[in-house]
Amino acid sequence: MKFPSNECSVGGCACKMGPAVLSDLLSTLPTLEDKNLIVGYEKSDDASVYKLTDDLAMIQTLDFFAPMINDPYIFGQVAAANALSDVYAMGGEPKTAMNIVCFPEKMDISYLGEILRGGAEKVAEAGAVLSGGHTIHDEKIKYGLSVTGIIHPDKILKNYGAEEGDTLILTKPLGAGIIATAYSVGEASDEAVEKLLENMTTLNKYSMDIIREYPVNACTDVTGFGFLGHAFEMAGGSEKSFILEKELIPYMEEAKAYAKEFYITSGGQKNRNHLGNRVVFNDVPFWLQEILFDPQTSGGLLFSVKSEYSEEIMDRLSKLKIKSSIVGRVTAKQKHTIIVE
Amino acid sequence: MNKIVDATGKLCPMPIIMTKKALKEIEKGIVETLIDSEISKENLEKMAREMGLSFETTEENGIYHVKVNKVVKSQEETENKDEKTVIVIASDKMGEGSEELGKILMKGFIYTLTEMEKVPSTILFYNSGAKITVEGSESVEDLKTLKERGTEILTCGTCLNYYGIEDKLAIGEISNMYTIIERQTDATKVIRP
Repeated sequence: MKFPSNECSVGGCACKMGPAVLSDLLSTLPTLEDKNLIVGYEKSDDASVYKLTDDLAMIQTLDFFAPMINDPYIFGQVAAANALSDVYAMGGEPKTAMNIVCFPEKMDISYLGEILRGGAEKVAEAGAVLSGGHTIHDEKIKYGLSVTGIIHPDKILKNYGAEEGDTLILTKPLGAGIIATAYSVGEASDEAVEKLLENMTTLNKYSMDIIREYPVNACTDVTGFGFLGHAFEMAGGSEKSFILEKELIPYMEEAKAYAKEFYITSGGQKNRNHLGNRVVFNDVPFWLQEILFDPQTSGGLLFSVKSEYSEEIMDRLSKLKIKSSIVGRVTAKQKHTIIVE
Repeated sequence: MNKIVDATGKLCPMPIIMTKKALKEIEKGIVETLIDSEISKENLEKMAREMGLSFETTEENGIYHVKVNKVVKSQEETENKDEKTVIVIASDKMGEGSEELGKILMKGFIYTLTEMEKVPSTILFYNSGAKITVEGSESVEDLKTLKERGTEILTCGTCLNYYGIEDKLAIGEISNMYTIIERQTDATKVIRP
């Protein structure tokens, strides 16, 4: 059996279940009150945080998905960068990681070796230790990790808490899902694929190492719900509105052309349906709307910080390999939660 | 010529790509795509809308039939649809000569725009033209009428600042050089009175 990348758009974070379905289900689960659970799933944050002592909390998260690329080693890297990202999105430091694997019985086992090698390299790059894992036979490959990290309980970066006048910054360009879709039907250029892979395998560690030195009010990572989905969660949770400027939205150049060719996913359309009229577009072209709704795999961090710090942070972030951009600002709550203009 | 595309069991983006390919292969006619996912159906409708094609969707036993109609547009239709007239007002006076007369003419020009059957898509105000969109200008009411009829009113922010009237804007939005250039580049017709 050959190593398959996605049968169409089921790879990467595009295979994430829609937010609407999930929030309904989760709200019906029985819960036990525990005051030490500082962050649970009620605010749809990136990871859970449990306070162990007054100065130490544990961050737990897990993430796994099907391959979006036909190179098992790179796929392993992407899956690990993506899983580790949730710890960074909370402001934490990953400490241990465990592999989660579904692998077909009949497939060449060396592919699995490559996936795990890619994953292990990223875990090591993050300064965390691979501490175990669990593998089952399944018809289709899925890989990811469960990651545990630590943080001081007072320094947790929640995905809400943005304040009026804050500046919003995004640390990776968008369009990963669209380029991966074009790739899946053999229409992506080598250059586009190269950009995509660099984008997806880059750890959010490097931007977080800078961000955490500043009084950031809210932070999340941009993944399956698309830039607008995650921005909406942040704005809604903060009870504010976000004004996003269309000229400032960063995207990988090729994503524009591919969106115009309709290399779009069902994930993007689900994200569009979920937000509906809570987002208002002022003269935003179709291709840019698609990029804004596009599910990202191992996307960047979106954070909200007092505008007086934005210049200094941007100055430092711009020295990294992947470029960050200011994307908008936070205002008092308006009729629409997200305004793109 | 009509075509049927069976995209049942296929995941996005395949139904879209198959339909797009079928549309390319015919000069005009209907491409009927069969799909079993509601989200793919929505993506397909989105594509048709974006391509400016009409479509009709029916559902039968859980299968959606999306009929996209490819029409050959006459030249006139294409022109009307995309017509964008942009008026550039770079001064508070119209024409050379007497300053007093120039101002009267400009006021008359803007008033007459409101009387036209078709209003411009955008009016750009810059340099001393910026004085026309602020409090105290006699054209504000006329501009409000134009705005209600769909005209975009944009005033150069740098110019408002230069004349010290940035907090007096009475109609429309503040704009920048980027938009000023973009509106003129996208225009089918630019008029400078």
